Amino acid sequence: MTAKLELVCPAGTPAGLKTAVEAGAHSVYCGYRDETNARNFPGLNFDRGEMREAVAFAHQHGAKVLIALNTFMRAGATDLWKRGVDDAVAAGADALILADIALVDYARKAHPKQRLHLSVQAAAATPEAIAFYRDRFGISRVVLPRVLTVEEIARLTAQAAPCETEVFVFGGLCVMAEGRCLLSSYATGKSPNMTGVCSPPSHVSYREEGSSLVASVGGFTVERFEAGEPAGYPTICKGRYMADGNVSHLFEDPVSLNAVELLPKLAGVGVTAFKIEGRQRGRAYIDTVVRAFRRALDALSTGGKIDFEELRALTEGQRDTVGAYRKAWR
Amino acid sequence: MTAARLSLTLGPVLYNWPVARWTDFYGRIADEAPLDRVCLGEVVCSKRKPFLDEVILDTVDRLERGGKEVVYSTLALPTSKREVRDIGDMIQAGYLIEANDMAAVQLLNGRPHIVGPFLNIYNEEALALHLKLGAGRVCLPPELPLESIQAMAAGNQAVEVFAFGRPPLALSARCYAARSHGMAKDACQFVCEGYDDGMEVTTVDGTPFLAVNGIQTLGYAVTAATQQIEALRQAGVVSLRLSPQSCDMVRVAQIFRALADGVTTPKEAHEALGVLPLPGPLSDGFLRGLPGCTAEVD
Repeated sequence: MTAKLELVCPAGTPAGLKTAVEAGAHSVYCGYRDETNARNFPGLNFDRGEMREAVAFAHQHGAKVLIALNTFMRAGATDLWKRGVDDAVAAGADALILADIALVDYARKAHPKQRLHLSVQAAAATPEAIAFYRDRFGISRVVLPRVLTVEEIARLTAQAAPCETEVFVFGGLCVMAEGRCLLSSYATGKSPNMTGVCSPPSHVSYREEGSSLVASVGGFTVERFEAGEPAGYPTICKGRYMADGNVSHLFEDPVSLNAVELLPKLAGVGVTAFKIEGRQRGRAYIDTVVRAFRRALDALSTGGKIDFEELRALTEGQRDTVGAYRKAWR
Repeated sequence: MTAARLSLTLGPVLYNWPVARWTDFYGRIADEAPLDRVCLGEVVCSKRKPFLDEVILDTVDRLERGGKEVVYSTLALPTSKREVRDIGDMIQAGYLIEANDMAAVQLLNGRPHIVGPFLNIYNEEALALHLKLGAGRVCLPPELPLESIQAMAAGNQAVEVFAFGRPPLALSARCYAARSHGMAKDACQFVCEGYDDGMEVTTVDGTPFLAVNGIQTLGYAVTAATQQIEALRQAGVVSLRLSPQSCDMVRVAQIFRALADGVTTPKEAHEALGVLPLPGPLSDGFLRGLPGCTAEVD
């Protein structure tokens, strides 16, 4: 039933990449230090030299490097993104992860043999949308939006072939369809699609009100933490709001994605790659999560038993969800 | 100055209005509104679509008799087989289609169509690609600043800008109207019907922020591109999109027609909009490269 399963792990820094590779990542994904990738944070990402070294290191250890250039090119300044594509190919990237249709077009024409993946930011959520990119541009793999149920993923994976499918299984959870969310742009002027950031730290502020801590994004209060309550990073879509007189986590509770229990099912329907979110996470976290998921995938590939308890423990003390993979979430 | 005439497009009603209200709305639009084209169809939630199916043919007929070009807008986030099949059916039926997802673009297979504000077209090259795929007019994503629009609109006679209405900000698999009523999407009882401009969302300290329309989230503030009208025209923009809210949209169309024709000033248009019962303050932050919620200043 199972093709070769691939564990795709985040690398926010060169050190993080080494950690992920040594912990057993089959592939790591990373980006250049500019607005061409969707994790454009000050302390993250790779310069050109670091990227070449990272690819060499990964290849020595039998791992692949997927370079993400997955924001949308700025009008009048598309050269920055194209140069990124050229440099990523020259660095030896095993695949490029792209979202902008025109960048996909450029990459395919300028580098006919380069393997291309379609970023989750491209929001291809139907067999038809995938066929569009597969047939016109030879996309080899599509990262599926986190808006689909396992049943929908099964149908989609079957129809996408020979294009592979990759799904997120662990880490941060976008509640909105990725690549189609302007919430951060509306509140802060900084946009995931255009600048590669969401609810950026530069626009987050905290103030004390009595015994509680109030967190704002772009001046809008998104969360009020009571004394002793753990204060997570304030993201607009996981904030607490008032609607119809009720205060609630209207969009989503402050939870993260953990689809570990669905691994056998997802592999069973033909998903080949399993992605861990978190280029902004520390090395200790990456090491633990990657090792645990690698053991799980190895067990899946060889018909062994998955230690679900180990994987569940990864989110201990934190609430998690399988998100849209289960229909009732909707 | 020999500036081209700006055309006006009425976007689809995004909210779940009762069918009688929906048909009455388009009846008045057909008879009275100075619009060049009218987009209609269920864009947000396929569960609402059967109600419109019963009246859509008559409504199209009415609009065409009123001299409007009629465009059928497709679902923005199709995921099920049935939702995609519905898009294919509308293409087969021969409607002029507004594509709001890449599935529609694939199904159109090069036929002439227009593109709505839900596709990610952020630069001149992506725009050129879509024009080559058969798009004759493209409504750009509402977050694009004027600077980007200027780099995209020149010379192609194809760019439309989101000029009025609550800006669509996000789509999700989850229905927040249902969630806020303690229900799931599959058993939603159509609770979204009670909110003509979406359900208002405020911060816990009472600051208005967003509006929820089923699986869709919009800005609370109402986009109004009145101050930028001349800059947009100079940039080569050929069309303005007015997105229906519960206020008098015939009046809104008249205000933008007069503004586009130079009969009124941006200040007068701003003031004329200001006296309408709008669901939120006027804003033009996106066009100015600022947070989208930023208030319009005249």
